Amino acid sequence: MIDKLTASPLFGVALCVLTFELGVWLQKKTKSPLCNPLLIAIVLIAAVLTVFKIPLENFQQGGELITFFLAPATAVLALSVYNKLAVLKEYFLPVVAGCTAGSLVSVASALLLCRAFGFDESLTYALMPKSVTTPIAMELAEQHGGLVAVTVAAVVFTGILGAVCVPLLIRLFHVGDPVEQGVAIGASSHAVGTSRAVELGEIQGAMSGVAIGISGIVTVILSLFV
Amino acid sequence: MRILTQIGIVLSVCLIGEGISLLLPFPFPGSIAAMLLLFLLLVTGAVKPRHIREKSDFLLQNMAFFFIPAGVGILDHLDILYRNLLPLLFICVVTTILTFAAAAFTVRGVVALQNRIRGKQTHDR
Repeated sequence: MIDKLTASPLFGVALCVLTFELGVWLQKKTKSPLCNPLLIAIVLIAAVLTVFKIPLENFQQGGELITFFLAPATAVLALSVYNKLAVLKEYFLPVVAGCTAGSLVSVASALLLCRAFGFDESLTYALMPKSVTTPIAMELAEQHGGLVAVTVAAVVFTGILGAVCVPLLIRLFHVGDPVEQGVAIGASSHAVGTSRAVELGEIQGAMSGVAIGISGIVTVILSLFV
Repeated sequence: MRILTQIGIVLSVCLIGEGISLLLPFPFPGSIAAMLLLFLLLVTGAVKPRHIREKSDFLLQNMAFFFIPAGVGILDHLDILYRNLLPLLFICVVTTILTFAAAAFTVRGVVALQNRIRGKQTHDR
């Protein structure tokens, strides 16, 4: 009975919605970047599946329905970049150059460190795109034969890391200018970092948002040559 | 605009993006092709923001939600994660710091360069 119930797509979808909403509520309560709703949902669902010995395939019946929305969610990122066209025009060259340098350093350092640790291809290509926004990172990992689940974990961890460490990094590298701050945050820690950039100021938030899109595209182009 | 029409527009753009991805001679994600296409349509005015606003807001505001199943997939790879936990954490921390610094200093350098060029131009006048 339980097996039939959990094999219904409704089970996976309901579990995702409930755990995610709990995560959103917790983040509102604590206002801590560590209480990332995505992280909370993944950990809770993993715990539920493990404790009640529910097969992952049962959960993914509903999971696949949700994953379907990733492609349109990526496509409409175009609208969020379009909405910030005015800021982008003003700082076009510095922003594009900053994102390009950031993506280049991110991909190169990830590849070199993976080689240094002797990682195989499935792990190396899972980590290569980790500084860009999740839908783009997932597609890139999949195309190169990387483990997509490891990519998602690395991307979420990187985002949270960025959001938590932003004040520290700003002081460490003496980054005082709002445009510099925004681009650096967006290029290194995508949307989770951007939520922190928005708290720093309007320019930081807009720049960080634009940097997500541009870094994503630059990383796609870079990965063509890997 | 009606929400069903908005969904139709966004999904059609995605489908065309998949088509472009299949036609390209090198591997290029279909969803990124769709994103670039939609941006082009917005800039040229073929698609107006109001044509896709509610659908887009729904997707963008709940972006993180759609990654849950992909993230839960980690359950199948826990052994790899445990075996390489420290190197994985180390790589994430180091690359994040390097990327942050590279982006910040490049923006600073290019802005300084632009100001110098602009300064020269006003000086020449």
